[in-house]
Amino acid sequence: MSILVTKKTRVICQGITGNNGTFHTEQAMAYGTQMVAGVTPGKGGMKHLGLPVFDTVAEARDATGADASVIYVPPPFAADSILEAIAAEIPLIVCITEGIPVADMVKVKRALSGSKSRLLGPNCPGVLTPNECKIGIMPGNIFKKGKVGIVSRSGTLTYEAVFQTTQQGLGQTTAVGIGGDPVKGMEFIDVLEMFLADPKTESIIMIGEIGGSAEEEAAEFLRKNKVKKPMAGFIAGRTAPPGRRMGHAGAIISGGKGDAGSKVDAMKRAGIAVSDSPALLGETLMKKLKRK
Amino acid sequence: MNIHEYQAKELLRQFGVPTGKGAPAFTVDEAVKAAQGQPGPVWVVKAQIHAGGRGKGGGVKVVKSVDDVRKEAERMLGMTLVTHQTGPAGKLVQRLYIEEGTAIAKELYLSILVDRATSQVAFIVSTEGGMNIEEVAHDTPEKITTVHVDPATGLMPHHTRRMAKALKLDANQGKQMAKMAAGLYKAFVEKDMSLLEINPLVITNDGNLVCLDAKVNFDSNALYRHPEIVELRDLTEEDPKEIEASKYDLSYVALDGSIGCMVNGAGLAMATMDIIKLYGSEPANFLDVGGGASKEKVAAAFKIITADPRVKGILVNIFGGIMKCDVIAEGVIAAVKEVGLQVPLVVRLEGTNVDLGKAIIAKSGLNVIPADDLNDAAKKIVKAVKEAA
Repeated sequence: MSILVTKKTRVICQGITGNNGTFHTEQAMAYGTQMVAGVTPGKGGMKHLGLPVFDTVAEARDATGADASVIYVPPPFAADSILEAIAAEIPLIVCITEGIPVADMVKVKRALSGSKSRLLGPNCPGVLTPNECKIGIMPGNIFKKGKVGIVSRSGTLTYEAVFQTTQQGLGQTTAVGIGGDPVKGMEFIDVLEMFLADPKTESIIMIGEIGGSAEEEAAEFLRKNKVKKPMAGFIAGRTAPPGRRMGHAGAIISGGKGDAGSKVDAMKRAGIAVSDSPALLGETLMKKLKRK
Repeated sequence: MNIHEYQAKELLRQFGVPTGKGAPAFTVDEAVKAAQGQPGPVWVVKAQIHAGGRGKGGGVKVVKSVDDVRKEAERMLGMTLVTHQTGPAGKLVQRLYIEEGTAIAKELYLSILVDRATSQVAFIVSTEGGMNIEEVAHDTPEKITTVHVDPATGLMPHHTRRMAKALKLDANQGKQMAKMAAGLYKAFVEKDMSLLEINPLVITNDGNLVCLDAKVNFDSNALYRHPEIVELRDLTEEDPKEIEASKYDLSYVALDGSIGCMVNGAGLAMATMDIIKLYGSEPANFLDVGGGASKEKVAAAFKIITADPRVKGILVNIFGGIMKCDVIAEGVIAAVKEVGLQVPLVVRLEGTNVDLGKAIIAKSGLNVIPADDLNDAAKKIVKAVKEAA
């Protein structure tokens, strides 16, 4: 098992004819992902990378029965693309685009509530289930099918966790990048619930960063939750100065809130082995597993 | 992006929000002229810098004559103002705002931001104006009221009624509040602000609501649709290295330590800073070269780091996903060939095209210390810098 995506997941790509859409669709197909169509307004009817291209998401869904969409549309148009996918009732929407205005995401978030869609991202690396399905930009070659569920706000730190769990021989069930924006689709809790419910996921790595309070909320959820699984974690940004945005739009300590210390404490209280070093995530998880 | 108080007030006035009346001044003569254009008998001379806490640092003075406006303008222009938000180096005062004095009966607090927990725009109001709101939130949270606005309805009368109640306003002030909150909300949404803070919002002696200060930050992701806001940017308020980095679309933040970092990905870049600290040194910067950087962009990033005199060693840490290790290697070598390398350099490469990247660096003949993983890399650069010192 795995979460969110399997080898049966049928994926369309919004923005497939652009540079990013083209490159990553090719990579996803090479990995074995079932890419079934693309969407670019005005280019309906053409073929791209051997896939049919449609003008609208609704047409692509009707023609292919797609259950997921990945979005590589530039920031000024990305919110509209997400809203189109929500309107077409696509069950899983993954938005890779970085730089969408927060005000646009506030509207998207409102449209998501009560809809039939889940959104992953924006500003995220996507989701990958080893040997089955890769949606987004994660490098497939560092993965190994296995037992660890990985959830992270950061792309490259997801790769670190994947690489280290592969080296430890543990492998992954699914890796999920929830993205670095302040207003986004799925949060830690949504993904953790799925990992806790997935029988193949035996342990979990959770990687957070400064800004907001999603890590504290997730830790509180874990502390109260009946199902427990061994967990390791890391929080990036212990040395970040307050009031400065550290690359990610959401990575900012503001109003005296969102610092690393409060997150680390909350995660420790929930029984997570928090690593001081991003290089020791795999080792920290191994130690936690042996102590069990 | 931040703007000055006087720019924020001009902007808010366009949305019908009452603010103190005043004019900016770049010279002493302009300050005097601005003061002469106001009725008196009280003027306020306010230093314009992108930081709060100006009053305590001597950057806000209430005076009772145009002569005193001149004296204060002479004192403030060119001074380095140090506040709790500027850091010990302070900020050079180059602009003033000359404002009519306001007779204050009561000071209140109001701000608008995007609340991450609810993904909605939220007003935060408090009767404790003029104070550090973080302290108020910590010591007396019951004195703070948060009002969320559903984007589907926008600001409604019931929102402003709640705010008026929380601020203990009378009926007339409640009406003013409704109008002001509508203007502030419209400004916040239309101009893509990320923070709008009025501290203090005052009730004057004659019972009217006026914004006495205004701090505005904009969502930098939305600046593409606000050229009129971009024009308000004051480059002298920003670190020259950060301005240079922004030309190449690099995400860079200058810090105080001695080890320069070049990393791909914001999370890994923060984690690299953290691990440097963990092994006993301090990072000189945050730098994310991004996902699909070209050789030229990598070279530009490397040059920004080496140009910083505080940098005593450099750590390049790449986990290539989209970013290819050979592109990083070529960019670093191109930069070193151009500007030289006076400090130790540790390079850790992993991921896409890692062997190619390592081969390019090995062949270059540069004095590069290779590292196997992030731990190894951090230990090596900290050690190399200590030995070189």
